[in-house]
Amino acid sequence: MSPGLSLRLDGVGFAYGETRMAFDLSVAASEMVAIMGPSGSGKTTMLNLIAGFETPTKGRILVGDRDVTADPPSDRPVSMIFQENNLFAHMDVFSNVALGRSPALRLSAEDRAATLDALTRVGLSGKEARLPRELSGGERQRAALARALVRRRPVLLMDEPFASLGPGLRAGMAELVGNLHRETGMTILVVTHSPEDALALAPRMVFIEAGRIVADGPTEDLLGQGGPEAVRAYVGESRSR
Amino acid sequence: MTRAGLLALGFIAILIGGAFAGLAVEAARDWSGAAGAFDVGMLRVARFTLLQATLSTVLSIAPAIFVARALSRHSSFPGRGMLLRLFAVPLGLPAIVAALGLLALYGRAGFVADLASAAGAGRWPGIYGLGGVLLAHVFFNLPLATRLLLAALETVPPDQWRLASQLGMRSGAVFRLIEWPTLRAAIPGVAALVFMLCVTSFTLVLTLGGGPAATTLEVAIYQSLRFDFEPARAVALTAVQIALTVAAVFALSRLGADMTGDANLPVAGRRPRAGNRGETFLNGVMIALAAAFVLAPMAAIVASGLQADLGRLATEPAVLKAAAQSLLFALIAALLSVLLSLSLAAMRQKLETARRGGRRSIVETLSGTGASLVLVVPPIVIGAGWFVLLRNTGGVFAVAPAMVVAVNAVMAMPFATRAIRPAHDAAATRNDRLCAQLGISGVARARLIDWPELRRPLATGFAFAMALSLGDLGVIALFGSDSVQTLPYLLYSRMGSYRTQDAAGLALLLGLLCLLLMWLAERLGRETP
Repeated sequence: MSPGLSLRLDGVGFAYGETRMAFDLSVAASEMVAIMGPSGSGKTTMLNLIAGFETPTKGRILVGDRDVTADPPSDRPVSMIFQENNLFAHMDVFSNVALGRSPALRLSAEDRAATLDALTRVGLSGKEARLPRELSGGERQRAALARALVRRRPVLLMDEPFASLGPGLRAGMAELVGNLHRETGMTILVVTHSPEDALALAPRMVFIEAGRIVADGPTEDLLGQGGPEAVRAYVGESRSR
Repeated sequence: MTRAGLLALGFIAILIGGAFAGLAVEAARDWSGAAGAFDVGMLRVARFTLLQATLSTVLSIAPAIFVARALSRHSSFPGRGMLLRLFAVPLGLPAIVAALGLLALYGRAGFVADLASAAGAGRWPGIYGLGGVLLAHVFFNLPLATRLLLAALETVPPDQWRLASQLGMRSGAVFRLIEWPTLRAAIPGVAALVFMLCVTSFTLVLTLGGGPAATTLEVAIYQSLRFDFEPARAVALTAVQIALTVAAVFALSRLGADMTGDANLPVAGRRPRAGNRGETFLNGVMIALAAAFVLAPMAAIVASGLQADLGRLATEPAVLKAAAQSLLFALIAALLSVLLSLSLAAMRQKLETARRGGRRSIVETLSGTGASLVLVVPPIVIGAGWFVLLRNTGGVFAVAPAMVVAVNAVMAMPFATRAIRPAHDAAATRNDRLCAQLGISGVARARLIDWPELRRPLATGFAFAMALSLGDLGVIALFGSDSVQTLPYLLYSRMGSYRTQDAAGLALLLGLLCLLLMWLAERLGRETP
């Protein structure tokens, strides 16, 4: 329904206080890429740059053939799911998802049908009238996914979407994301701290350290015994915790 | 939203700038007059201002330490919640109403005087002068200081109390090792706040000072404009007053005080019982005395108010007119106050987010502190400046409604900001990225996102601002006339013409109205949506 588009970061530079960052990355249409790296390395910043919440100091961001560097977030062919606060706390689930169709919430019959359909696909049918606080953490993230579905943007960015979930829910969510990826063909970038999630979701992985991409390759290779030193150090450290 | 914030700053700048322009023009016109006003009389007024503020602070804080400690040691007893609520009441009680209650209780014709003569104790001296001013300031600030110090004591982690009782610390040791260090950290800020409130107190000194021997700078400014027609003297007094408040605010910010007080009840953590029977008894006596001290004037307001002919008052055209004008002014002032506060909060948050940890710009600093400017330049000073500026245009009384509304709106901003800004900033943090992504902006954002999220804090700020504005006798004292008057102004003029029963009745009505609004503000602020 929303075939993916390729994504390219072309010499994208960014400065946050003292930290300087520079990203070069090419992602093929409909590819799914896991992004890992230590806290504060710039993973979220890279997603924010692609989504348009931050403005690069130099370089270009291309989605398909279109240069989106100067576009406001809502005009970009990109949806982003945050770690939390993906839903407006005072609005029911249906309205939260339907905002993806109309930002003023003026809904046609078609919009309503699409919203209900998306809620069914993420397993939330029957919970349309609930408020976010009446949902579990996993259900809130599912609602956010449903909104990404109704927006039909070709690129989906996820910033540690499962970070607040328990192991059982994580596996379920990873499976759901995998299914939706196959169905929609969206290009997906997902930031995660968990090697299991990365292995289960994405054939390709990018490792970021100190504002730069320092490793890029098949997930199994990077996370395996022969992987780069930086990745092994990070994973070993996070496993031992 | 940045544009609205700049408009708000511009509004405040014009209000304060106009006042300063008036003072500067007058000083330039009559330089020798202004300079000549720095005489012995001025020295006496300045000295009294500082003296009464210092004494009021000491007399409020010293007992508050013991009452707060007693309340902290007994974290649950029947009526404790009610008592804390009672201690919050003076915050919403108009000063003129409290003054009337104190007079009805301790005045020469008050209830205590009746008791004294019945007991054959001779003639009761009454409370005009320094004594009355101190009594009134302690009535307002003892409960405030108690609540703030109690809040400080309740920041001590419950584990420390448990540890103390496990180690078998006696109450003396608990005080020395745990309570006093906590209190000592909080006292300078609380004392500075109380001092500030007493230095700028106008209504209480005006109504209870009772003569030239007990006059503060603010009251002297008022008298020099309304009675003596000596604008040059008012200019000189204003300069001294501003120097004094600037110094006080500087000290206050150094001591880390919160300048707006807090209408919320601190949440009591349970504390194991400490101390023996004797101490429990002493604590009980202390709490009961403090409660009686705060409650008695309020009871006197009700008792003397009920003696008035309320039916006639409620239908008297002058009262109805004053009530209608009061409500209208207060409504507009509250609306304006909320809009100004919201605009500044939105601009500050936007600028803070945009600079991401860099240096703060002047505009951002102003949008953060603009709400508190009125603390440095008190309402009477603003009013005096404009009064002097417009004096010769003949427009002084024509602009009265605008002056009252504008100054009251700005005066209530620190309180409205306190209700609105945290909620606004939290909502913005949650929603800004999402709205940007989904393209929700303009009217759609206001309708779908901001209004549902912020209407409660906005309503809280509105009710609070309206209560303050409704009960204020500041600018209206300068600008009021037969055609433009509010309930506090009418109350004050009835007091002045010795129609005491009328005044008592009006005080009861006004007090109830303001407390109703404060109660509303507290309820709206407490319930989470």
